[in-house]
Amino acid sequence: MGMTMTQKILAKKAGLSSVSAGQLINADVDMVLGNDITTPVAIDEFEKARFDGVFNRSRISIVLDHFTPNKDIKAAELSKRCRQFAGKYDIENFYDVGEMGIEHALLPEKGLAAPGELIVGADSHTCTYGALGAFSTGFGSTDMAAVMATGKCWFKVPSAIRFNLTGKLKKWVSGKDVILHIIGMIGVDGALYQSMEFGGDGLGCLSIDDRLTMANMAIEAGGKNGIFEVDDITREYLNGRVSREYTEVTPDADAPYEKVIDLDLGSIRPTVAFPHLPENTRTEEEWGDVPIDQVVIGSCTNGRISDLRIAAEILKGRKIARGIRCIIIPGTQNIYLEAMRAGYVETFIQAGCVVSTPTCGPCLGGYMGILAPGERCVATTNRNFVGRMGHVKSEVYLASPAVAAASAIAGKIASPDKIKGGE
Amino acid sequence: MEATGYVFKYGDNIDTDVIIPARYLNISDRKELVSHCMEDIDKDFIKKVKPGDIIVGGYNFGCGSSREHAPMVIKECGVSCVIAKSFARIFYRNAINIGMPILECEAASDAIASGDQVKIDFDRGKIYNITKNETYKAIPFPEFIKEIIQAGGLLNSIKEKK
Repeated sequence: MGMTMTQKILAKKAGLSSVSAGQLINADVDMVLGNDITTPVAIDEFEKARFDGVFNRSRISIVLDHFTPNKDIKAAELSKRCRQFAGKYDIENFYDVGEMGIEHALLPEKGLAAPGELIVGADSHTCTYGALGAFSTGFGSTDMAAVMATGKCWFKVPSAIRFNLTGKLKKWVSGKDVILHIIGMIGVDGALYQSMEFGGDGLGCLSIDDRLTMANMAIEAGGKNGIFEVDDITREYLNGRVSREYTEVTPDADAPYEKVIDLDLGSIRPTVAFPHLPENTRTEEEWGDVPIDQVVIGSCTNGRISDLRIAAEILKGRKIARGIRCIIIPGTQNIYLEAMRAGYVETFIQAGCVVSTPTCGPCLGGYMGILAPGERCVATTNRNFVGRMGHVKSEVYLASPAVAAASAIAGKIASPDKIKGGE
Repeated sequence: MEATGYVFKYGDNIDTDVIIPARYLNISDRKELVSHCMEDIDKDFIKKVKPGDIIVGGYNFGCGSSREHAPMVIKECGVSCVIAKSFARIFYRNAINIGMPILECEAASDAIASGDQVKIDFDRGKIYNITKNETYKAIPFPEFIKEIIQAGGLLNSIKEKK
């Protein structure tokens, strides 16, 4: 029997000719990642187990992005532990303030993820790198400690859902709307323990940034990983970033997909996930009148340059509504620089937004935009759980950068069409 | 291995943000961290929970973040087992890796009510509801996972194999 893309990568990394769903395997890891919240717990476990050293200093990435620049003394202590560990073991890919970015925006940018690779990380959104045709998935700190020591990780081989994409996205519709639409369709556990594999002619209209956004939120459907077929758009992105050899995988014609879902991208409309689950999706006619207090544009889901470009296009020459706080967070230092050079930062500030240094901050209710009881935020982030961005009585509405920017101008959830028309 | 305790019952999609909100993830002290367990969904949980007690959830328990702090605080506050219809995969993995017992069982999740007294026989995968005098059968772990649990977690099992 054939294999899915995910199964092919897992088989190769486990040194097997084939694997099938449900099989337990031990596989070689190409890259293991941790952040300032999960790495200190991994360091505790690593030290408790008294491992002799790390398996490979070049295959470990530690990125201080969640509570940095340090939000308080406790966060400063977490960062310090990571810094000391990285120093002790001479970790090559250690990114501190000044070099760091939001981990899942940073690693692809630095060329640390490539097709066919097996990447694991102590962060649930590690599934992002599937956009480049890699197998990547999130796990916990104890797993991270084990991989840092051994370079190996156990997996249960997942079954898969295949998404055949056709058609073309309409104006103002992006990868975020597509993935929200899919989560609304299959539910927050619709792909539990499974791979979400994306392919089809429709890929041609999805930029790498769109794909990174979609793979990023596979976890929000319960998925183990999201993975895209590699095409010229992927190769162009990798050109100049990844110089090592990599392996492109395609699914076998008889790959055992549990479900095949055909999706016409042209049918997808701006979509917002209402509180308190990412599956509570609604399209424009169902939004009603929802006045808001805050907008956040950023995160590992939507803090990339094309996200900022779309926001700038909508905000240029306009002012955000009175009483709205609009926080814009470029994902990495490079994205920040690019946004400055392109004039987006000036556009944002003139529109009345604030622009922050890269951080996960508000997405997980850490800092930089915490909500009071009763406040509502339209965010380009990935989760709208109870209390996710602040008080348990606050609300998060998940949306694309286009809808978020339009909402900042309107002071309520709004379609970019209302602000810009179909231009 | 056996456990007996009273049940705290919750619904579907209990996410890691309500199990341990991210605003507390800057805390390194385990005792302090544990005092916020389940805070955003059940403020009284931490005042009422006693060693041996059991959490019962619905589908997709532990969805969301990969934070190991979530199974860790549940374990540290004395909970002997989490029973759910299904678990989010990272939570499932983390629980096994740190030696926090979990069981998948739809029938138990449907039948057990908050406050029921429940006894669990982990070796046989049997869940006995003392209050209602009912027994439910959980899905047994594969051998590979049993080995990790019996070794007391992932790192111990790696050390044992060396």
